[in-house]
Amino acid sequence: MSVDAATVRRIASLARVAVTDGDVDAMVPELNNILGWIEQLSEVDTDGVAPLAAVIPNHQRLRADVVTDGGIRDKVLANAPQAEHGFFAVPKVIE
Amino acid sequence: MADITDLGVAAIRDGFRAGDFSAREVADAFNAAVTAGRALNAFIIETPDHAIAAAAAADRARGAGELLPLSGVPLGIKDLFCTAGYQTTAASNILGGFIPPYESTVTAKLFAAGAGMLGKLNMDQFAMGSSNETSAFGNVISPWRRDDGGNAPLAPGGSSGGSSAAIAARMAPAATGTDTGGSIRQPAAFTGIAGIKPTYGRCSRFGIVAFASSLDQAGAMARNVRDSAILLEAMSGFDPRDSTSLDIPVPRWEDGLSSDLKGKRIGIPKEYRVDAMPAEIDTLWQKGIEWLRDAGAEIVDVSLPHTRYALPTYYIIAPAEASSNLARYDGVRYGLRDLPDGANLQDMYAATRAKGFGPEVKRRILIGTYVLSAGFYDAYYTKAQKVRALIAQDFERAFETVDVLLTPTAPSAAFALGEKSADPLEMYLNDVFTVPASLAGLPAMSVPAGLDAKGLPLGLQIIGRPLDEQGVLNAGLAIEERAGFAARPQNWWAK
Repeated sequence: MSVDAATVRRIASLARVAVTDGDVDAMVPELNNILGWIEQLSEVDTDGVAPLAAVIPNHQRLRADVVTDGGIRDKVLANAPQAEHGFFAVPKVIE
Repeated sequence: MADITDLGVAAIRDGFRAGDFSAREVADAFNAAVTAGRALNAFIIETPDHAIAAAAAADRARGAGELLPLSGVPLGIKDLFCTAGYQTTAASNILGGFIPPYESTVTAKLFAAGAGMLGKLNMDQFAMGSSNETSAFGNVISPWRRDDGGNAPLAPGGSSGGSSAAIAARMAPAATGTDTGGSIRQPAAFTGIAGIKPTYGRCSRFGIVAFASSLDQAGAMARNVRDSAILLEAMSGFDPRDSTSLDIPVPRWEDGLSSDLKGKRIGIPKEYRVDAMPAEIDTLWQKGIEWLRDAGAEIVDVSLPHTRYALPTYYIIAPAEASSNLARYDGVRYGLRDLPDGANLQDMYAATRAKGFGPEVKRRILIGTYVLSAGFYDAYYTKAQKVRALIAQDFERAFETVDVLLTPTAPSAAFALGEKSADPLEMYLNDVFTVPASLAGLPAMSVPAGLDAKGLPLGLQIIGRPLDEQGVLNAGLAIEERAGFAARPQNWWAK
């Protein structure tokens, strides 16, 4: 499988990364080179092999359904690029 | 007395306890070395105040007879670990100026054990790289130089390149690292130090900036095996805040150190003999085999047939997980925001991420997004997880007959900065020997074992069974004792 400029634009859009025409031109051969190399996995017979779920056997734990954190609004907002009235602020999303 | 900065973790701990020097003297000596070594660019920020405060506490504790395991020992901390009140960036502009309001579990454990912090160490951006050339804060320069008279700046390895350079240059006795596909072991090999990645789940990932969650493990980097054991012991342990943390006791690895390998079987995987590997690495591997035999072990040839598929498997799984983990950097809650005139929310996300992430990070996010996208998920991601299962089975079979595996750590000595950065694939191939153990979650370490023809360090890797860090450390100790590695870089950088 190989990617073309339209595919690179589509995945960049899915990944929310703005790209210029120059970026796309550079990325097409680069990604194809990497994807072509990855392609060698198709030689491996994986019929009947279950995909690996966890490298080291572990069990999922339960914890008591109690509040363990919170009440630290100012700490949560401390690193925000823009915070107003105790909220994260973003550009208007509804006209 | 020798210069304090020549001492390792155990020597500092024991000398401090014996009253040979104060913790403050140790902190002052390393703080001065950090300042003097700025030409290496190993630290993103220096935190002398933290080291001095911990030293003051250690000196008081000694007076009161209340010493902690790492009292008096200052450390370097990779900038992937969140440190409360101290900037943490993962070497990316997208986290520029981020001051975590909380502490990672690993650093909390180290500080609770009495250690101080000398600074936050430079690294490849989001731990994506093998040469420390993807940092937004500039390259780290290895303290090592080739002895051919050329002064070409060399790579300290990556992604924990600030950690490896700082330890090799005696700017820190030890440091934390993280290893996703070799990011502790390869830089350790490149700079003539030791580094261990424990079994997946030994160290909590809480508060470590995530790259590829099923692979990321913190570990210890130091100048020798004993120091690595001491540091790893202090870093490890169950943490309910990491769902993959192992709820089992941490062994006393330092107490268990023994280089007597009688009755142990060492596996030599033939698939690690790759084309184009320099003859001197093969020769060093043979020496390592002889050293382990001399320590009493039996040498057994083993086969890990899927080894050659480990790298392409890794370059599906790691970018896939990264593309998901790095979705959180959106310019809303922390870090950089780029808001072009008239931009809507979606534009802001895309502009922020385009500006904040470096080229290698974007490359991996795009690969990850592609392999997880509709219609391709099974062909790439599911396929890779199946091959990963086969790679893990290879190791399981080998460990039915052997106790640990011995391999080279990297296919070459340190290369020059810029030498491999033009071709991503060539850079990826550097991790050919370290990635398989990462995919299987196994403990593995690199120990310095010799020098190449140009006077650069080479490392040998020991891979162990799940949870058998002790077996790995002990085989490492047997090599260390026999290799007698005493080379160190000439100090050309001190101002």
